[in-house]
Amino acid sequence: MKTNSEHHFDIATILLHWGMALAIFFLFGLGLYMVELTYYDSWYRDSTALHKSVGLCVIMLLVIRVFWCLKSVLGRSRVSLHQEQKNLEQKLAVFVHILLYILVTFVCLSGYFISTAGGRDVEFFSWFALPPLPVEIENQEDIAGDWHYYLAWGLIGLSALHTLAALKHHFIDRNNTLINMLKPSKTKKGNS
Amino acid sequence: MKKISLCLMLAIVCFSGSIQAAKYKIDTEGAHAFITFKIKHLGYSWLLGRFNKFEGEFEYDANQPDKSAIKVLINTSSVDSNHAERDKHLRGEDFLNVGKFPEAKFVSKKIDVVDVENANMIGDFTLHGVTKEISFPVQKIGEGKDPWGGYRAGFTGKTELKLSDYGITYNLGPASTIVEIELNLEGIRQ
Repeated sequence: MKTNSEHHFDIATILLHWGMALAIFFLFGLGLYMVELTYYDSWYRDSTALHKSVGLCVIMLLVIRVFWCLKSVLGRSRVSLHQEQKNLEQKLAVFVHILLYILVTFVCLSGYFISTAGGRDVEFFSWFALPPLPVEIENQEDIAGDWHYYLAWGLIGLSALHTLAALKHHFIDRNNTLINMLKPSKTKKGNS
Repeated sequence: MKKISLCLMLAIVCFSGSIQAAKYKIDTEGAHAFITFKIKHLGYSWLLGRFNKFEGEFEYDANQPDKSAIKVLINTSSVDSNHAERDKHLRGEDFLNVGKFPEAKFVSKKIDVVDVENANMIGDFTLHGVTKEISFPVQKIGEGKDPWGGYRAGFTGKTELKLSDYGITYNLGPASTIVEIELNLEGIRQ
């Protein structure tokens, strides 16, 4: 039985969490690096192609993750949800998590809008191509580019906050939240 | 009385000799005007592009071609090479830097007439915040009435610019330091 409540995480959640974390930080670094490459750098073209493909991976993982998350929340009984009295810090944590998901979505979307401006497809590892939307705004690549840049910084900033919070759980509150995100729960957790 | 009217006629003739040539507005609205460019890609092929937004006017009179003048303002962010991501790069700081230099312009100063159709245009070209005097040959394609009650005249001109002269120094390779700009402009007489 997979469960997500009470800060115990199943293996799928853990893999999704760390997979996305890794991909997002990789994309952030790659993004900052690739725009500085010049025309005669051998990685000038492949770096952006990789960035787009990994970015598409992230949005796919996010979709899976949101479904997984909803399934787990809906799986819990109404009584237990009702009984989960949340203090301010827990409420803030929920808010930050939702905001992280929203930011990931919008960073990916803005990236898609840069790549598909002018009616072009965006390639996924030369495997398949995602078509553009039928509508386009003027200077879409510039507007989407600005959003992509600032939202990405916002996402990284919020991830840093999220990381600090995890470290607080571990070192100050001395609870198992961080450990649980590294170690899948094996026991069936009661939802009283 | 006769003297006065003679003087008057003389004055009119003299005056009309010095009045400006007819004014034409470049027909960007009907898109009968094009500012295109081409630059070599790696030295292996020509890359073509254009500026979609610009405006301007010129003065021209076939009887006094040396009195011709032209002014063209180009919206640099309208650069279009048929690849949005490349255009984004061209608009950026590596090239046109349109945030800082939203406009390029050409203002003629002098025209050296060669023959009925050909002339040499001299004027100031401003690009990327740098103004330089350039000269290039222009050719009249034709002029006359249009079918809708107007009067039109059209010209073509072509020049080469060294990008580094205008402070654009991004390395595109040794074969791609010069860009060719071509203007094909039709004006409607005002």
